[in-house]
Amino acid sequence: MNRRDFLKTTAIAAGAAAPVAAPFIRSAEAQSRAETLLVVTESGPNNVDIHGVGTNRPGYEVSWNCYDRLFTHGKKTLPDGTDSYDRDKYEPELAESWDIGPNSATFKLRKNAKFHDGTPITAKDVKWSFDRAVSVGGFPTFQMKAGSLEKPEQFVAVDDSTFRVDFIRKDALTIPDLGVIVPCVFNSGLVKKNATEKDPWGLEYTKQNTAGGGAFKMTKWTPGTEVVYERNEDWKSGPVPKLKRVIWRMVPSAGNRRALLERGDCDISFDLPNKDFAELRAAGKVKVAATPVGNGIGYIGMNVNKAPFDNVKVRQAVAYAIPYQKIMDAVLFGMGNPLHGGSSNMAAEVAWPQKHGYTTDLVKAKQLLTEAGYPNGFETTLSFDLGFAVLNEPMCILVQESLGQIGIRTTINKVPGSNWRAELLKKEMPLISNFFSGWLDYPEYFFFWCYHGQNAVFNTMSYQSKEMDALIDAARVAAAEGNKAAYEKDVKAFVTKAFEEVPRIPVFQPYLCVAMQPNVSGYRYWFHRQLDYRTLSKA
Amino acid sequence: MLRQIGKRLATAIPSLIGVVVVTFLLTRVLPGDTAAYFAGPAATPQAIAEIRAKLGLDRSLPEQFVSYVKDLATGNLGNSLSTGRPVVTEIKARLPASAELTFLGLFLAIAIAVPLGILAAVKQGSIIDHACRMVATAGVSLPVFFTGLLLVYVFYFLLGWAPAPLGRLDAFSSAPPEVTGFYLIDSLLARDLETFRASLAQLAVPAITMAVFSLAPIARMTRASMLAALASEFVRTAKASGLTPTTVIIRYAFRNALLPVVTTLGMVFSFLLGANVLVEKVFAWPGIGSYAIEALIASDFAPVQGFVLTMAIMYVALNLLIDMLYGVIDPRVRMEG
Repeated sequence: MNRRDFLKTTAIAAGAAAPVAAPFIRSAEAQSRAETLLVVTESGPNNVDIHGVGTNRPGYEVSWNCYDRLFTHGKKTLPDGTDSYDRDKYEPELAESWDIGPNSATFKLRKNAKFHDGTPITAKDVKWSFDRAVSVGGFPTFQMKAGSLEKPEQFVAVDDSTFRVDFIRKDALTIPDLGVIVPCVFNSGLVKKNATEKDPWGLEYTKQNTAGGGAFKMTKWTPGTEVVYERNEDWKSGPVPKLKRVIWRMVPSAGNRRALLERGDCDISFDLPNKDFAELRAAGKVKVAATPVGNGIGYIGMNVNKAPFDNVKVRQAVAYAIPYQKIMDAVLFGMGNPLHGGSSNMAAEVAWPQKHGYTTDLVKAKQLLTEAGYPNGFETTLSFDLGFAVLNEPMCILVQESLGQIGIRTTINKVPGSNWRAELLKKEMPLISNFFSGWLDYPEYFFFWCYHGQNAVFNTMSYQSKEMDALIDAARVAAAEGNKAAYEKDVKAFVTKAFEEVPRIPVFQPYLCVAMQPNVSGYRYWFHRQLDYRTLSKA
Repeated sequence: MLRQIGKRLATAIPSLIGVVVVTFLLTRVLPGDTAAYFAGPAATPQAIAEIRAKLGLDRSLPEQFVSYVKDLATGNLGNSLSTGRPVVTEIKARLPASAELTFLGLFLAIAIAVPLGILAAVKQGSIIDHACRMVATAGVSLPVFFTGLLLVYVFYFLLGWAPAPLGRLDAFSSAPPEVTGFYLIDSLLARDLETFRASLAQLAVPAITMAVFSLAPIARMTRASMLAALASEFVRTAKASGLTPTTVIIRYAFRNALLPVVTTLGMVFSFLLGANVLVEKVFAWPGIGSYAIEALIASDFAPVQGFVLTMAIMYVALNLLIDMLYGVIDPRVRMEG
């Protein structure tokens, strides 16, 4: 090619490209839009199998909607008029009926239920799926264990439509644990066909394909971009969903998600900053449902193994120096329940979370600090997870400022999200701001993970107390035996102890907020904090 | 010419090896524990150790490096943990999205900046010259994500002219059958004008954002090199010979001023690839930039390594292309090995 030719061809190409103006053709897509739900969130699934390695929360949503469980939960209406799952009411899903005995539970499966590929669902599939959950290790196995579901021998396929779970010990959480996301039913034939010697449970296959019989089928998944579902017209395990199609798009910018909502270009969105939810709610153009997260608290935790936080007076001083109300107003914008200002540190009810007796009282805080031997305060580091900076950062700044007034000088340490868990595991950070919630909404469940001397990751304070352990264990036993009086006494006792010794200071119970167009109805809060498309509809 | 290209490519090999080594080491030095992250919130130390072994992160660095290089040799860039798919597949799927956006942005920038620069040089000190200076200053000083958000706010939220910033196509259109991966081209090939219109509409605002960012250096460089060319003796001679102003400006001055402009274009293109990361975040664009950022946040090594390697190869290719262009545009420049 010579110079002249090159220049000439470039000029011609540029000239030709310019006038390609697109003729406008209008599409007639309006019809399908009415039966299609457009969901936008910040991030999408990394794995659509809850049994997979490191499946993230959006992945739970796919699993919840595309797989069946033995039973599901009923609904209750909360005082503010929004719907929530009912912790205490179980309703049939794959199992039509069940019978819970002292040593085992027997489930009668629906005879006409089929997987997405048309194979009938049998008790063998259920057994295979539960065996898989307790065998693959990691999160699913851990979650099954929380309900004393530990060995494949516990699961018995009596005949094609009868399935039995044998209990290895009395545990009040066994049945609730069968209703969470993990014990879902896989198409064992299909998965086995795609399993390899190295991967006997077929995790590689289910990572990217759904192999279930749930209300929705995942028809397309472009990681980081979108997930598309179609309704399973043959779904027998519940009323057929009203939505024909669900399109779930990932929109990383929170500002744009809000713009999409306000312009009416998307139907429903989670995870906006609280400020946006508060403003959207005030403006009234879109519906905002805000439900307190069950068994969840935002807290300030102190490492009790290290001076000065090994001194209970210092911890109480910090608890009196937290600017609770300011945090409720300026950080949560009212999207949470305050947990301060109870009448005393004696547990008032058999519930968790509940209010403790601390308030913002700097004089008292200073006095406690002096009694503890730190009249001039001390220096420490306040760490938080940058992955949740929207909440954590302003909160930590308020805490830093307030602690400064009683002489505790804090440096703020921002830990990248990818590093947060590793740091938590080391249990070396002296002072942290963190959040924890448990799927199973029972006080002893929360305390078992967060206060028990077994020292799980979530006992971020490394709190150890024989008395506390005894109370928690006793409550679990009392629950399993159905001894209500003993249970209530134990729960109140461990809550009171947690408040008095205050290794973690409960600051707020956050709301799970979701904003949707006025024509979207049927939203229901679930313990897993993801969307259930089955109940949603669009007018 | 082929031999020259071959020579050029040979010199690129050491830099690519360097990139492979450095990215491998850098991703290992990054804070963050991949195994702890992917073990999930409820992990016990044993569970984390199991995952670490599964991911091969418990082996020594040299061992990990050897297996990484072995995989590379077979074209395997590893698996992404955050999307669960092979990195090669992801990059193949996402590169066209980024490239389409970058090319269109660059094309827009050239279409505006080059004429603007020429006019500013010809009419030095005029309103156009001041306008050129203003555009350049504004373009350089506005951070690209800010321009993006501002344009979305004005054209989508307030005016409603632009479609929702939902990526390459709105939620209810489907992608054209893949030939090149460029939706504009693929939809035309499929004679699907509606998809063409839809994807052009989605592209418009992000491409303008990119163009605003890259206008400045191109316009400034065009103006400066045009000024130099206009002041030279052959232009004076051409003018004195009574040639029309258009002939003088375009044929004599501009052609000679083209070389530094092309050099700038190369630089701007590489800036744009970087700026992509932010623009893609704002517009939910499924490109490689946003992919790399997400991977980085999750300390997911394989995609980060794959991204840097792809970028390095693209730079090498781009530089080669520009060097070849020099030779074509200006016969005085000849490629040296």
